[in-house]
Amino acid sequence: MEKILVGLKRVVDYNVRVRVKSDGSGVETDGVKMSINPFDEIALEEALRIKEKGDAQEVIVVSIGTSEAQQQLRTGLAMGADRAILVNADESIDALGRARAFHELVNREQPGLVLLGKQAIDDDNSQTGQMLAALWDRPQATFASKIELNGDTARVTREVDIGIEIVDVDLPAVITVDLRMNEPRYVKLPDIMKAKKKPLDEIGFADLGVESGPKLKEVSFAAPAERKKGVTVDSVSALVAALKDKGLV
Amino acid sequence: MSKILLIAEHDGSTLNPSTAKVVACAAEIPDAVIDVVVLASSTAELAAQAATLDSVNRVLSVENAANDSALAAVLAPQIAILADGYTHVFGPSTTFGKDLMPRVAALLGVNQVSDIMSVAGSHTFKRPIYAGNAVLEIEAPADVTVVATVRIASYKAVGNGNSAPIESTTVDVDLPQHTRFVELQAGSSDRPDLQTAARVVAGGRALGSVESFDLIYALADKLNAGIGASRAAVDAGYVPNEMQVGQTGKIIAPELYIAIGISGAIQHITGIKDAGTIVAINKDEEAPIFEVADIGLVGDLFAIVPELTESL
Repeated sequence: MEKILVGLKRVVDYNVRVRVKSDGSGVETDGVKMSINPFDEIALEEALRIKEKGDAQEVIVVSIGTSEAQQQLRTGLAMGADRAILVNADESIDALGRARAFHELVNREQPGLVLLGKQAIDDDNSQTGQMLAALWDRPQATFASKIELNGDTARVTREVDIGIEIVDVDLPAVITVDLRMNEPRYVKLPDIMKAKKKPLDEIGFADLGVESGPKLKEVSFAAPAERKKGVTVDSVSALVAALKDKGLV
Repeated sequence: MSKILLIAEHDGSTLNPSTAKVVACAAEIPDAVIDVVVLASSTAELAAQAATLDSVNRVLSVENAANDSALAAVLAPQIAILADGYTHVFGPSTTFGKDLMPRVAALLGVNQVSDIMSVAGSHTFKRPIYAGNAVLEIEAPADVTVVATVRIASYKAVGNGNSAPIESTTVDVDLPQHTRFVELQAGSSDRPDLQTAARVVAGGRALGSVESFDLIYALADKLNAGIGASRAAVDAGYVPNEMQVGQTGKIIAPELYIAIGISGAIQHITGIKDAGTIVAINKDEEAPIFEVADIGLVGDLFAIVPELTESL
């Protein structure tokens, strides 16, 4: 195939313990470390490996968000992507809006494969890939842990609740990746320098000629209910006694 | 009145327990009329099971050989047509529902409400975000269909004393051939299912090997418990992927959860927060798992677990 399109979402780093703002209007993101969504990083790594095996010529990374997402796109370019597209969107665009934007980019770029993370770790929605596949009327293989390309088709191993499912999809297709597909490479300093020279195009969300979906209104944010403080026991017999006390054994 | 179309999950012969939990969620919506649709290659047995679920108004069965392997690309166009006249379309937030429902939502031109944990009104729902570190109340627009998945750990299954009418129907739509099922490799186990077990014993990286997990199996057998694992244990290859508990694995709510050698990353804890009682056994007294544990025991799991198994 000629091109692989990879989505990179800028999210709060997975190590950050997210806190709800005291007025319930959102979560605290000021001064918080931001990173590429970890699943998206795995998607990019897989795209790069496919290219390195000679099965694709170009890897394009795409982000939809504020201009700050340039940082994540530059990281993607340093990992080895050939060029980047930033779809500038000031407000938080919903999943259907993102899928529509991706669909328009797909129409323009005609990739043989779109690789996305199976979910973003901020909203935990797990929607964009499936929605893109629907709009594009192409196959989807979600929660993938292995991709074997075979000419015009791909055999995809999916991690599902009861084990492993294997499907064959005709290309082009959308594949969303799970954690165990690969381990993303580390970026080396010379690659960061090189990445500065790679093309990064910006386009406004409105200029794509697509619209967000019917808005889901965010009414309020709250901290989750805390669990009551527990007790510490010092022996197995005390543990068994505590379990018996609760009627659990 | 809310007319709710609920997509049944099944393995071809048995309804998945997730379906009865999604019904419980749908029944919380004021004035809900709930129709369950069974899409399968052979629907009679499945539809009969769905008809017993309390709160169900009617069961629709769509029998089609193409529905044999529950591919989202095949099911979604049928559901998008069946959704006509319904205010809500609900499915479970299992890998089946997570795969399918956004495809339905996009065909209907709406955003999806993912992982409903509670219902605040016909169009207002609460859902977890940021690995459960925040709860978002969300209001869906009233003039379009609500497509949603339900966080099944938040609901108890409805009873099965009903005998709802069953109607066969057909859906006239071209189905794609571009996605083909090859095979399913299901973990074979006589143990209780992780997602529905009343008790779960889970192991983490500290187990250190495939063989050491025998300690977990022995304790689980004694308790008639399901088995879970942390991401670290799955990544290390000690146990298969379907045992992973957490943000990106399974979200569970057993009465008893025993975490052994699991440090308790936030991504893991989000998967067990709704457990009745959490027991933690870990040699590191600073491990974050102790912050959520109801009963903690600091010490060497290789000494503690055999002794615990023995004394039960």
